[in-house]
Amino acid sequence: MKKIGLIINPIAGLGGSVGLKGTDDIYKEAIALGAKPKAIAKTRTVLELLNFNGEYIFYTASGDMGEKLLQEMGVNYECSYISQKETSGNDTIKCAESFLKKDVDLIVFSGGDGTARDIYNAIGEKIPVIGIPAGVKMQSAIFAKNPIKASNLINKFLINGIYLKECEVIDLDEEMYRKGEIQVKLYGYLNVPYDKTLLQNKKSRTLSSERNNQKQIAYDICDNMHEDILYIIGPGSTTKAIMENLSLNNTLIGVDLIYNKRVIKNDVTEIEIIDEISKYKKIIIIITPIGGQGYIFGRGNQQISDKVLRNIRKENICIVATKMKLAGLKNEPLLMDTESLEINEKFKGYYKVVTGYNERAIQKVSE
Amino acid sequence: MKKINRCNILKNFHQAKWDEPIIFELSKKGERGILVPEIDENIKSLFKLDDILPKNMKRKVLLELPEISQSRVVRHFTRLSQETLGADVNIEIGQGTCTVKYSPKINEVIARSDNMLEIHPLQDDETVQGILEVMYNLDYFMREISGLDQFTFQPSGGSQAVMVMASLVEAYFNEKGEKRDEIITTLYSHPSDAAAPALKGYKIIYIHPDENGYPDYEAFKLAVSEKTAAFFIANPEDTGVYNKRVKEFTKLVHDNGGLCCYDQANANGLLGVTRAKDAGFDMCFFNLHKTFSTPHGCGGPATGATGVTKELIKYLPKPIVSKNEKGFFYLDYDFSSSEYSIEKVRMFNGVAQVALKAYAWIMSLGAEGLYEVAKVAVLNNNYMFKKLMENKWIDAPYIKGKQRIEQVRYTIEKLTNETGVTSGDIQRRMMDFGLHYWTSHHPYYIEEPMTLEPTETPSKEDIDIYIDTLVYVLNEAFENPDFVKSAPHSSVCHQLVEDVLDEPNNWAITWRTYKKQNNL
Repeated sequence: MKKIGLIINPIAGLGGSVGLKGTDDIYKEAIALGAKPKAIAKTRTVLELLNFNGEYIFYTASGDMGEKLLQEMGVNYECSYISQKETSGNDTIKCAESFLKKDVDLIVFSGGDGTARDIYNAIGEKIPVIGIPAGVKMQSAIFAKNPIKASNLINKFLINGIYLKECEVIDLDEEMYRKGEIQVKLYGYLNVPYDKTLLQNKKSRTLSSERNNQKQIAYDICDNMHEDILYIIGPGSTTKAIMENLSLNNTLIGVDLIYNKRVIKNDVTEIEIIDEISKYKKIIIIITPIGGQGYIFGRGNQQISDKVLRNIRKENICIVATKMKLAGLKNEPLLMDTESLEINEKFKGYYKVVTGYNERAIQKVSE
Repeated sequence: MKKINRCNILKNFHQAKWDEPIIFELSKKGERGILVPEIDENIKSLFKLDDILPKNMKRKVLLELPEISQSRVVRHFTRLSQETLGADVNIEIGQGTCTVKYSPKINEVIARSDNMLEIHPLQDDETVQGILEVMYNLDYFMREISGLDQFTFQPSGGSQAVMVMASLVEAYFNEKGEKRDEIITTLYSHPSDAAAPALKGYKIIYIHPDENGYPDYEAFKLAVSEKTAAFFIANPEDTGVYNKRVKEFTKLVHDNGGLCCYDQANANGLLGVTRAKDAGFDMCFFNLHKTFSTPHGCGGPATGATGVTKELIKYLPKPIVSKNEKGFFYLDYDFSSSEYSIEKVRMFNGVAQVALKAYAWIMSLGAEGLYEVAKVAVLNNNYMFKKLMENKWIDAPYIKGKQRIEQVRYTIEKLTNETGVTSGDIQRRMMDFGLHYWTSHHPYYIEEPMTLEPTETPSKEDIDIYIDTLVYVLNEAFENPDFVKSAPHSSVCHQLVEDVLDEPNNWAITWRTYKKQNNL
């Protein structure tokens, strides 16, 4: 019996149609402006197209977050969480947590980047997730291209058990966004069943070639690691491969410090980094850009702040990226976005990016 | 009689589909294709088998060859030959970067004549003066085309030629006693330009295109240093974009003591127009099986004719063909006494038939003809380019509004975003119409790529048929995406599930692995 967790964010996408850029705190305003919920209709399309013949049961939250729709459609389901009357991100988190107890095989959710972020906060990488795109902002790599493709992906996963890939959960800071400033943040990674034709923004021919590329990069970095240097390892799955190569504990979404191939500290804060770097003569920062965006500093690795970078020389920045990640930038430069314009200026220019074993690509970094 | 405009007719095509077993399954005990006469008793008495054949080399059981009559053999292989999409069946426009042009059949006849078939590379030079003269003259043709000073025909393909160039670079610096371990190449040069030097242990540095689509010169300046052994580049690159500043690139490398190596696989639009030497290159290679029509793509053995400047001749593989003062042609093993010569990269002096076919092709065209080839190849490509760019689903990144050389790497990303139909799907659907179509090397730096190269040989009608069919398929993809996604529909092959094949953990390339994976 396959167990599927379903979360519908009933207010997802409301802000977009009335020009409010996101829905996080303003859905009442949106409804007053005449916005109509879309997430439920989109989920219905997905469920109608499911053709998995085996036995399955849905777990969901009460009311608009799933129960109503499943009941209407006559699908076998059970409520694992009772949602509040006026639902919020908190309900998404609690509902996703209830799926952990039910040991579901897959979570299907309908929403945007905010919903993805809430689910990530609840379950991390423990359960595979498929996102039905229904929000205003969908920068994260975890969404299917459209509801039809989402149902294809669910069918494929349930029938064949296709491979999982860690995909980025990216969200804008909505407060800044409404002021007209785009601030993207990398929040974490969700495990997503991978199919290049069904997911958004996926360029890899295969998942294995991407993983092999990450391994090659890891071998190159590890073979060229020197003694008596403090290495600051930024977040991401490419840098994770380096830590795995060294058999070290790793923080996928955080920053780790290593010295002589041993961990000094995992998941360090900005202050901890500043404190540690004062103790070492030479420091090298190894970072990977955010996929599709190209930010190397300032987004997703705010711990390595301008105050940290003030003490680092440009030649001691080591950028690693798979070939597909660079291809995904579509010939655009890598970007700096720390809070200090002076630091952004200092680190712009050309870099030799490590793209494989003994392989470099010259890439431009702009502000 | 009413004249039919064939340009606008989609060619109905279905590959011949034979339910043909493998030849061993066709075997019938006792059936024979040839009855070999018994050995004459007089001859038998001259030799004792045990005397001439060592005991341990004697077969203990009979060789299990299929037992089958001649007519069944002919039928078997004819059927198999029909189950492919060969060069003589389709309009060979779709295999961009491959320069698949029509290769005149007369050249095949010459290459298969008894004069060619009955000679052997180990014969005395005086008995094979003809083919040696052909190779000697071909060397001079290639010198004239490239501006370089000596060619070898030993490398039996483009990638091996790149390997030879990397070996020449290594030999050059070994003799100089310089340690240089970096090779620079560009993103849209052929992947072998990186792969072959990497195999020799060089570090590879890629130059990405700048915002205009040319290799980024500012990035190049950062890449070149005293560690640079050489610069490997295809020009035009696989995008069909020609780097007009290439001389500045080669100069910078030379100023830093490095060598410049030209991958001329994309030379079809350059014959008689530009020359490797004039652009500052120290060496280059041409694919005789592409540009010089011998032909390409499983159509026979290949040759990556590799040429060098005077200074580098001493490192070339041996032998080359030379001529003495009496006009006698000979295989010259003594042209170099350098201990750094790379000596040999394959048996003998390359594939003689390929050299002969290239020679015949060049002789039939002459210098003017070669220039005409380049002009028509570029014209055909730009005609096709203009027509295809009118289609809303097709785009071509870089140098907007400018012409390309002999090929273009297009993208159908817009179609994919709208319909989910990928370039790979279009490729399989085009086969339903008997037409090849190529995407690109991996990884795809251009999204949903499509690389087309008409060459000089198709007529305008052929090109129009190809364009019409492609446009038909693109429209079909929009109207009925699932049909295109499930192509091919009229091929002998069904659709392959690539994602599973691409995962090495799933591979069972030996019977033993298969048994292990399936617990047999």
